[in-house]
Amino acid sequence: MAEKTKLKGAPGEGDATAATAGAGASEFARGEELPRAQSPARQFLKKFLRRKTAVAGFVFIVLMLVIAVIGPSVVPYDPNQYDYSALLSGPTAAHIWGTDEFGRDVFSRLVAGTQLSLGTALTASVIGTAAGVVFGLIAGFCGGLVDAFIMRVCDVMFAFPGILLAIAVVAIIGPGLTNVMIGVAVFTVPSFARIIRGAVLEVRSELYVEAARSVGCSSRRIMFVHILPGTMQALIVNFTMNVGGAILSASSLSFLGFGASVTQPEWGAMLSQSRNYLATAPHLVLFPGLLIFLTVLAFNLFGDGLRDTLDPKLN
Amino acid sequence: MSEPLLSVQDVSKRFPVGKSLLGRPTGYVHAVNDVSFDVMPGETFSLVGESGCGKSTTSRLIDHLITPDEGRIFFDGDEVTALSERQMRPLRAKMQMVFQDPYGSLNPRMKVQDIIGEPLLVHTRMSAGERLKRVHELLGTVGLSPAHGERYPHEFSGGQRQRIGIARALSVQPKLIIADEPVSALDVSIQAQVLNLLRDLQEHYELTYLFISHDLSVVEMISDRIAVMYLGTIMEMAPNEELYARPCHPYTQALLSAVPVPDPKSKRRHVLIEGDLPSPMNPPTGCPFHTRCPHCTERCVKEFPKMREVSPGHRLRCHYDGLQLPA
Repeated sequence: MAEKTKLKGAPGEGDATAATAGAGASEFARGEELPRAQSPARQFLKKFLRRKTAVAGFVFIVLMLVIAVIGPSVVPYDPNQYDYSALLSGPTAAHIWGTDEFGRDVFSRLVAGTQLSLGTALTASVIGTAAGVVFGLIAGFCGGLVDAFIMRVCDVMFAFPGILLAIAVVAIIGPGLTNVMIGVAVFTVPSFARIIRGAVLEVRSELYVEAARSVGCSSRRIMFVHILPGTMQALIVNFTMNVGGAILSASSLSFLGFGASVTQPEWGAMLSQSRNYLATAPHLVLFPGLLIFLTVLAFNLFGDGLRDTLDPKLN
Repeated sequence: MSEPLLSVQDVSKRFPVGKSLLGRPTGYVHAVNDVSFDVMPGETFSLVGESGCGKSTTSRLIDHLITPDEGRIFFDGDEVTALSERQMRPLRAKMQMVFQDPYGSLNPRMKVQDIIGEPLLVHTRMSAGERLKRVHELLGTVGLSPAHGERYPHEFSGGQRQRIGIARALSVQPKLIIADEPVSALDVSIQAQVLNLLRDLQEHYELTYLFISHDLSVVEMISDRIAVMYLGTIMEMAPNEELYARPCHPYTQALLSAVPVPDPKSKRRHVLIEGDLPSPMNPPTGCPFHTRCPHCTERCVKEFPKMREVSPGHRLRCHYDGLQLPA
């Protein structure tokens, strides 16, 4: 056994350091005195709050979500109540955003329809994202032929414009809000599969993933405990941005008559029926259009803000 | 003499580079070339060499993170190279690794206690409470406090993170710890602390180390036996004092003379070797060192020297005895 107790060859300082470092009991042992770094959540919040437009978007989204939940029970009029004494009335004290061709209160219909429009878009995004994540994880983790196959299928789907793909899906399985959801979800899948695959490939090459293999983790554990959380950032940002697009697509499908039925107060459907009265009652188009525009804008601003906040290169 | 804990036999590894039109590699990097050594239980065996000489590849081969093209590796009676990834997993409880980069090797999204407890979670049936208790012991062992377990890796300094990496490796009480440049990313003063910690742990837990480093002074401090690698090949292998006192290979002599001595007055001869490190994509014929060796002969250019024993325990890959580099 070599005599290794002497520090003659030790780099630098020599015996003074060695003495204090002794039996592993160094100054680190007094752990409590280590200055506590700011928690990641708090750092994130601080940076996010600096982005005013993103905060405005977030506030608007929260407002819309609240309206979606409690809206139908607090509206001034039943959204399907006909009032033949006030057909196509402009904004008045009784009907602040006017009435449509059947005398239904536009404000009440829009508020009540928030649940339908947001619900459709959010559900479609969630379903599409979940499926995209599964495919992306499989492609990124397995690699090889599986990866090539999934990515080529995605390429084929990318070749269609999203809305066209959704129309095709709805045309095959029939109209209705549920089918619109499925249609929108389907064209969400390939973009998320691609994003998650990229994130998986990036995280997979991290040293801590190799360390996890070296520790003896199973493939499943590596995938779900070490790789998947690393892709969450990309996922959250893209999900937020995607919801805006999904609102637009779902409304467009309803506008084209594939989605909500005429009696349902869905924003796109309302816009579609109102276009005949564009010249005589422009408020009928204005308010649903404005609402769609603002909601999509809010999601996009919020998504942009999230991305910029989470991107270490911009901070 | 007891059985070696780890036995590496004639191992070679090439990595394909580039792709032709048909997807065939256009060349190979010869990362590890005909490497053989045994590591005895309880000893510290070091691999030294310049960056890119195949030290880390050797450690990853032993840890079954990559598979060799040729040769076999035995660990504690099992042939590692014959195992599948799944069959290898239980064996990993006996062989743990400490990585060079203390920043990259800890998952930034996991708490320190979960990082250290992960091998226990994977290899034992301990309850969560037992695991946490063990993690707290381990934190104490490496000089951190149990309160640190609640934190995330980014809240620690490099030296502290390396301690966390060491605690993780210790958790399942392995027989062998592969330490791949465990101190090279650390400040010099912290290096000594971590090295001392490793040495204390070896005494307490009867650990065997495979220690990989490019730093000869670090290696001298911690090793029992040392192997010097050059271009993927072991050039000389000897017990610690023997190697430093009587280096036989010209490359070893050149390396040793390059170690700085902390004495401004000492007049020492610097043995310089000329030329650059040849590319491992296109390694020299014959002896890998012949392009830079001042004693190079025709035989060196043509013939790959065999490993031979010059004195008990001192093995050399050179055709000649008693070569001395000119001052």
